[in-house]
Amino acid sequence: MRSIALSTTVLAAGGLLALGAGSANAQETSLTVVSWGGAYSESQQRAYHNPYMEANPEIEIVNDDSSANALAGLRAQSQAGNVTWDLVDMLPSDAQLACDEGLLMEIDHDEMLAPAPDGTPASEDFLPGSLGDCFIPQIVYSTIMSYNTDMFPEDAQPSSIDDFFNVEDYPGRRAIQDRPAANLEWALYADGVAIEDIYDVLATPEGVDRAFAKLDTIKDELVFWTEGSQAPQLLADEEVSFATGYNGRIFNAAEVEGQPFAIIWDGQIVEWDGWVVPLDTPNLDAVMDYLYWATDTQRLADQAKYISYGPARASSADLVGEHEDLGIDMVEHMPTNPDNYFAPILLDNNFWADYGDQLRERFSNWMLQ
Amino acid sequence: MTTVEHAENQVADGAAAPKLVTADGVPLKSSLKRAERRKKLAAFFLVTPLLLFIIVTFILPIASMLWRSVDNPALVTYLPNTVEAIETWDGDGLPDEAVYAAMVDDLIVGGENRTIGQVAVRLNYEMSGARSLFSGSARRADELEPPYKEALIDLNPNWGEISTWRIIEREASPITASYYLAAVDMGYGEDGSVQFQDENRRIYLPLFGRTLVLSISITLTTLALGFPIAYLLATLPMRYSNLLMIFVLLPFWTSLLVRTSAWIVLLQQQGVINEILVSLGLLSDDNRVQMVYNATGTVIAMTHILLPFMVLPLYSVMKTIPPSYMRAACSLGAHPFLAYWRVYVPQTVPGIAAGAILVFIISIGYYITPALVGGQSGQLISNLIAHHMQSSLNWGLAAALGSILLAGVLILYWLFNRLVGVEKLKFG
Repeated sequence: MRSIALSTTVLAAGGLLALGAGSANAQETSLTVVSWGGAYSESQQRAYHNPYMEANPEIEIVNDDSSANALAGLRAQSQAGNVTWDLVDMLPSDAQLACDEGLLMEIDHDEMLAPAPDGTPASEDFLPGSLGDCFIPQIVYSTIMSYNTDMFPEDAQPSSIDDFFNVEDYPGRRAIQDRPAANLEWALYADGVAIEDIYDVLATPEGVDRAFAKLDTIKDELVFWTEGSQAPQLLADEEVSFATGYNGRIFNAAEVEGQPFAIIWDGQIVEWDGWVVPLDTPNLDAVMDYLYWATDTQRLADQAKYISYGPARASSADLVGEHEDLGIDMVEHMPTNPDNYFAPILLDNNFWADYGDQLRERFSNWMLQ
Repeated sequence: MTTVEHAENQVADGAAAPKLVTADGVPLKSSLKRAERRKKLAAFFLVTPLLLFIIVTFILPIASMLWRSVDNPALVTYLPNTVEAIETWDGDGLPDEAVYAAMVDDLIVGGENRTIGQVAVRLNYEMSGARSLFSGSARRADELEPPYKEALIDLNPNWGEISTWRIIEREASPITASYYLAAVDMGYGEDGSVQFQDENRRIYLPLFGRTLVLSISITLTTLALGFPIAYLLATLPMRYSNLLMIFVLLPFWTSLLVRTSAWIVLLQQQGVINEILVSLGLLSDDNRVQMVYNATGTVIAMTHILLPFMVLPLYSVMKTIPPSYMRAACSLGAHPFLAYWRVYVPQTVPGIAAGAILVFIISIGYYITPALVGGQSGQLISNLIAHHMQSSLNWGLAAALGSILLAGVLILYWLFNRLVGVEKLKFG
């Protein structure tokens, strides 16, 4: 935690310096980039923002950690007729909603994005299914189950989603996110539903009941988290023995901060994350120039030097190397590494767009009961 | 002033004028009135900035919240043809071809202008699957050929459901009651009648109840803890009471998040208090008390945070109670306890009332602390309002819940006024 606080202070100080230096230059353009904060924003700062600002001294990039409420912010800014965000880091499901509501610029991927070094156009180089009408993916991340290795005997460490639901053999409390996505999928997976059938089962009322019934079996042991940083915190305090979380955050806590955390890759819930451009941004040219540069093959591979999220371009995969500070090989920590990718559940955004409202209500209700 | 003096002089001189006038012949009465009016105007101009501030930051947002809780513009604005065509539908059987054709027109326009998403979002609150029904159909609407009825049903079987069209017909008006219905756990049934949700989907009414119960508990605990402190503060000599006052105010000046996080450190299962209890042997290691991430955590942390709001009004009232009253009661033979109860306590009622209403109204709308230490059983209604504002983005429902909360506060205030009398309030 301290290292994050420290680096934020350094970043903030750097930002202030840049502000002071910039005021001398009348040509300065300031881009507001909205992202998730923490270790993730830091990886973007180091992989994209800093090198770009070095190459383009007239551009100043300002971070805004509002991505958790990005859709609300975009709607509010559009309704107020005052768009202050230039580039937003968003989940694809929210990006699709915002796109359908006319809040975002539509992206012509081959026109606006750099081709791969071998000339493959962007639309064929990005991972299949990852591009959206208004959405440019950067990373593949996954929501995973992790546990504190100190809290289990050495010869009985958990290794599967089944173990998470097995309170008898693996005692201790479990922290899960306070929303249905991922939790319901895992409940069905642990209840014996085949991965490819999960969303078909979940689309039926009986399937939903079945998922909630499975969650009921461990409800007495559950703690709910809201912010991504709470999961590693709860684990580190030994408040819980298991916690669901984003693989990059757990990686950061385990490898950078030295916490005794391990990841269960079984049933990892895989999703993209990426950029969208708000309609009516005042700095469109500057944003598009930055976007062309920041989503090319080398840049996406660069981000993987700072956090264990996989690049969203096929051509970037071979360029992933070692962690910039720690020197550990990042390939084995990527969710898409074959050793980790043995039982992935691909998050179905269409399903959540349709059933999300209803399931979220049921889930909050279940949580509060 | 000179005009008045002049008029007085005239009277004093004994001039037999039937009417008092100023030097320039204006009747004294209207001259006075004018001066008065000028004064009023000046006073009004002095408060104008504050008035404008209150209108812009308080009255207008509340009005817009009330408006948003019933506002329903999506269908009227973005499905204009359908809304017009569906008026002729009698509700029995599927609508006829004209309604389907109007829908296709609207879908084509809405798909091009990217406005159909707003209709989809709105109707998805009423019916799961509406989002893909509208977004998906809009994407392919311009390829459709008449007869549109078959074409649409082919595209998505939901277009062939009467219930889909009933919902569209119901929400085709610019004003809706569905947010308020949802906020009190009600909804429309298959036949369009208003009824309660299924037992396992009722969420808001129990939460309103819990908010009320927790807020009352917090008010009572702050009163129980705050009364002796305030009494001590008011009766100790100045140099001690000032020091004590700083102890009361110091946490008041500390960041809310810091204090809330400190409670997590103290109360959690591996936290300071549990560790002490375990090391003293009062608890076994595997039997630690769960004091945070539940309603207990909410009550403890909020009591601490709201305590100054109770102590300060109590202190200011107790400070004004002359100690001689108690002495008088005792010298007349009352037992000290009886004197305290019959003479002292009644005089503190304005302070108790002010503190209680302050703490209660603040806690009923509190959300940061319950969000952090409340777990699932310590959440208040404001946490759900925040959730609908920020995550689910159902701003209409958030506005309806907020309006109900506002109405609740107003009713309680009215009750308070009837029972205690608002003129008795005293904050300092």
